[in-house]
Amino acid sequence: MTDMITDRWILDRPNSYIGRSVPRPNAPRLAEGKGTFVDDIELKRMVHAAFVRSPHAHAKIRGIDTAAAKAMPGVVAVVTPQEMAEICTPWVGVLTHLEGLKSAPQYPLPLDTARWQGEAIVAVVANSRAQAEDAAAMVEIDWDVLPVAVDAETALDTDTPIIHESLGDNLAWKRNADFGDVDSAYAAADHVIEETFIFGRHTGVCLETRGLVADFDSSEQQLTVWHNNQCPHMVQNILATHYGLEEHRVRVITKDVGGSFGIKVHTYADEITTVGLSIMLKRPVKFIADRLESFTSDIHARDHRVKGRIAVKADGTITAFEIDDLTGVGPYSMYPRTSAIEANQVVNMIGGPYMFDNYRAEANVVYQNKAMMCQYRAVGHPIKCAVTEGLVDQAARAVGMDPAAFRRHNFHKDDSYPKKSVQGMPFENLSHEECLSTMLDHMDYEALKAERDALRQQGIYRGIGFASFIEVTNPSAMFYGVGGARISAQDGATLRLDAKGNVFVSTGATEQGQGMEAVISQVAATAVGVKPERLKIITGDTEHTPYGGGTWGSRAAGIGGEAVAQAGRQLRLQILTAAAAMLQEDASTLDIRDGVVVDTDTGNERIGLDEIGRICYYRPDTLPDGFQAELVATKHYVPRKFPFAFTNGAQASYLEVDTDTGFIRLLNHWCVEDCGTVINPLLVDEQIRGGVVQGLGGALWEECLYDDQGQMLNANMADYLVPMAAELPDIVCGHAVSPTADSDLGAKGAGEAGTCGAPAAVMNALNDALSPFNARLTGMPFTPKKVLTALGKI
Amino acid sequence: MDRNVDISLTVNGEKITSRVEARTNLVDFLRYEVGLTGSHVGCEHGVCGACTLRVDGRIVRGCLMAAAQADGADVWTIEGVTETGEIRALQEAFVERNALQCGFCTPGMLLTLAELMERKPDASRDQIREYISGNFCRCTGYQAIVDAVEIARKKGASA
Amino acid sequence: MKPAPYGYARAATLDDVFALLAEHGEDAKILAGGQSLMATLNMRLSEPEILIDINRIDGLSGIEDTGDAIRIGAMTRHVDIEESGVIATHAPLIAAAMAHIAHPAIRNRGTFGGSIAFADPAAELPACAVALDAVMHVTGKGGTRDVPAAQFFQGLYETAIGAGEILTAVSVPKISAGWKSGFMELARRHGDYAIIGLCAHVQFDGRQFGDARLVFLNAGDRPVSAPRTAALLNGQGWSEELSEKISASLKDELDPPDDLNADGPMRKHLAGVLVKRTLSPMAEA
Repeated sequence: MTDMITDRWILDRPNSYIGRSVPRPNAPRLAEGKGTFVDDIELKRMVHAAFVRSPHAHAKIRGIDTAAAKAMPGVVAVVTPQEMAEICTPWVGVLTHLEGLKSAPQYPLPLDTARWQGEAIVAVVANSRAQAEDAAAMVEIDWDVLPVAVDAETALDTDTPIIHESLGDNLAWKRNADFGDVDSAYAAADHVIEETFIFGRHTGVCLETRGLVADFDSSEQQLTVWHNNQCPHMVQNILATHYGLEEHRVRVITKDVGGSFGIKVHTYADEITTVGLSIMLKRPVKFIADRLESFTSDIHARDHRVKGRIAVKADGTITAFEIDDLTGVGPYSMYPRTSAIEANQVVNMIGGPYMFDNYRAEANVVYQNKAMMCQYRAVGHPIKCAVTEGLVDQAARAVGMDPAAFRRHNFHKDDSYPKKSVQGMPFENLSHEECLSTMLDHMDYEALKAERDALRQQGIYRGIGFASFIEVTNPSAMFYGVGGARISAQDGATLRLDAKGNVFVSTGATEQGQGMEAVISQVAATAVGVKPERLKIITGDTEHTPYGGGTWGSRAAGIGGEAVAQAGRQLRLQILTAAAAMLQEDASTLDIRDGVVVDTDTGNERIGLDEIGRICYYRPDTLPDGFQAELVATKHYVPRKFPFAFTNGAQASYLEVDTDTGFIRLLNHWCVEDCGTVINPLLVDEQIRGGVVQGLGGALWEECLYDDQGQMLNANMADYLVPMAAELPDIVCGHAVSPTADSDLGAKGAGEAGTCGAPAAVMNALNDALSPFNARLTGMPFTPKKVLTALGKI
Repeated sequence: MDRNVDISLTVNGEKITSRVEARTNLVDFLRYEVGLTGSHVGCEHGVCGACTLRVDGRIVRGCLMAAAQADGADVWTIEGVTETGEIRALQEAFVERNALQCGFCTPGMLLTLAELMERKPDASRDQIREYISGNFCRCTGYQAIVDAVEIARKKGASA
Repeated sequence: MKPAPYGYARAATLDDVFALLAEHGEDAKILAGGQSLMATLNMRLSEPEILIDINRIDGLSGIEDTGDAIRIGAMTRHVDIEESGVIATHAPLIAAAMAHIAHPAIRNRGTFGGSIAFADPAAELPACAVALDAVMHVTGKGGTRDVPAAQFFQGLYETAIGAGEILTAVSVPKISAGWKSGFMELARRHGDYAIIGLCAHVQFDGRQFGDARLVFLNAGDRPVSAPRTAALLNGQGWSEELSEKISASLKDELDPPDDLNADGPMRKHLAGVLVKRTLSPMAEA
């Protein structure tokens, strides 16, 4: 790996907190039940919203009768789509750089047609949520049920209902990619293997559901929203835009968030409507999605059918990949990030870890009368990884090579960077070889294979599966900004020294539980030269933080952290300037260590930061003439050298298949990944573990099941299966470190890598376990029924 | 017929009297009427465990119990067991091991683990996992939570 | 979701219950453990006028050795049965089933009688009751009548409990010498409703089976007994051949439903696996 920057000043700081497993400063509060989640917020005269939701996947709204509902006890208002449209403009989920992406305007409440089961149609506001629900049951809607489009394979057929007449068909977006000469590669290959992979639609299931409290003060035309959204500034802009408010009079506050994983980064019609209700009623309105409505109104993700091909030579060299990706989203492209990004990621990253020159892809994103679909943790990566790694295993089998050896043979070599992938993705520095070899050590691969083989003789069927992967993090403006979205890829941090020598750190990145506050405090403490206990971290408030991007794309440490590092260094210089003035010394001979200004060379303590604070704030009369102390520093940062910071890793799964019951037991899981500079190893490992488990969910249990009328069949916590403790293995984590040169910290993101590789590793392990039976499974989730069917037992 | 019920109960050692709608469940009562928002609501089906409380010495789903049923009961929430210091070792272990991320499942998880540590003090890792199999955590993947129990047990042993 | 409004009455005695049932009829629901009822109300799948809370009535809970049987009061909490040495000794089938019922917090409130009276075909205890020839004690204004388990479960969530009656206790015959029990269920996740489960209660002298009960949960609209298949065990020792005969017989005798996790054929296949895995360890012991 080449490291293009030699001055990683932040890593050379004395008493550095970088690389230490410091406990999170906000963890004790949460462990004592003192978090402030949106539903914990109560305001005077606050009322509650509930929604009448469409029971039909596709139906015209002939009429709405709200009279009976309005007469119910405790009801304050019953609001129809027409009334909402008078105060809120519709939105369209397209980005200009996704050429050809088309989507119909989406209104806060749909004007004439419901297009998915669960779409909010009428808003009811009452003194309690229970009363609002009582009244919602009394709203009468006259429906004209329409035929549905719920099969992605036939979405573009002439006799399939068109969901939006104005669009002409159900195609949201199509992308074709063609690099090199795939057909020649096929002709010259010794093996061309084709396989179809299916990924079950699933959803995030954050334990805290979506919600907000919107409070419009008409006296000042000031809107304040407490919102468990990942991007307060984005929400601020969207609310100002669609409600015609002045952006600086819209304040979005995000306190504690009970998990988001991308589910809470999007713009939801029911949330936008809730804001409108507050504007209409001129009082606070709270809406908390309950679990039942979450299943049909949160975004879904990963509903893909991918036909894949790999071409390989007898010596094990991959020469081509090809895919045909079909994904069925909802009836609209989500706003503002679009429902095309997932497919775009798949196309961009097939084959990522491997050297090959020929690639062809077609992706079709089609509309359906199902819940909307959009970015969810690892966006598209689990799909591209499973397709790639499944085909790679097939190729290895075809040429008779061990799957680990086959991967090693084809990897981009660790010393070959920077380079671009065949799709043109810029790789700054990756470490596929190191990650795989470290992981094989952790696994004791040879011994594991021997164990697997011995047990196979006894009729116990275990399998080992690998997944190498690349993962997009630290996204620049090339992700959304270029397409016209008002989503900030940059972030800012303001650091301020107070009168007692403490430092306030405010940042535009946000905490979702991933530990970003800890990371920020470690970086700030190191950059300034104070202990973390001296810090107060402020996040999640558009009024009190620099303009920022929030949290998504694993950016909080790499981008948010870098801005804090720069601002911290600036503040240190400013403090030292003041100290120099007080001490009549040269600032360049001084440093700050553990909250005290010292002589850099000797470490002699000269003056404490508390003393500097006291003098600068209370006794400026004692400072030299003409000298003004500046004790606040703000810096912004955005990646410019690389559009994203690619990370990489390797995962492996060891599992056992009960061939009589079809049940799969996960025995072990490993992950070695490279996220550049690791600021807090404990937090990174736990992000990996949590991410792996979310990936395992999609591989074995989670699926949003629909019938042929677009009704979701398992929209509750008992029937939609999320991973619980008893079915999961311990996960062994390890790291390689390839810092990015695009920042001083060198930190890339780590939040999504676990989810990216886990399903592929499990699929490959499952198929390894089933290999004695000539049975293969490539459709997730891998249920007992599918296993028994593949084995011919039923 | 009366849809409202008078109740009198003890919450975290404090006597509370109230008149509640019969349909108000115990966790909503504690959150909205008593102001103890440490217990959370994640599903209202009794499946996720976020609302786990201690009633008359045993953990229960706060969403599956009417507040009306808690008349005369001795109820403890995360706030109460924090104040008595009963679960301090477990909370410190959670922080040390990062066994919580977003914190939403944590109060229910801690109350469940407190009962586990009392009823099965020698539980194996698998038994710990089984005991918390009714507490959904989306963030941690559970491993750190199991580790934290082992850490807390060691602390308790040497205390 | 919040429940629709309902009334609430705290019964102090059984007479209170009968009076309220007489007044409200089908608009009333009995609130025992509430672990099934409250979830149903929270989802507005049911909107009763009034809940009759029976948690305060004396004499409805307890585990009592009555000589030939163990009498379990209807309000006995699952956790107390789980921890009972009397149950472990005299009704090992039930003891084995308890850990599979949901999760600790549910078992702390849920009741034995509630589970039996709710009669969910996917629940463990109704199938155990049938396998053990338990007797349900159903009480009304006029007194108590005894209903054998074989007649008690009459359909999906339907039992022999009539209007104006409630289940007050269940008597489970003690396991006799020469009998063994085995319980096994297959669930996607620990504590979930089983895809299918088996309560096996068999005579076994160490080499041969005799009389046998094979009762399945989640194989129909009530606990499903497989007497024709069970009869195949009589006089036989365990063998691979017997296992195959049993599997074939079950495919004939059972008619399990389809749902999101499995269809009829899959349940039939799994039924055979469950019998094999429950009985072959007995033979090996």
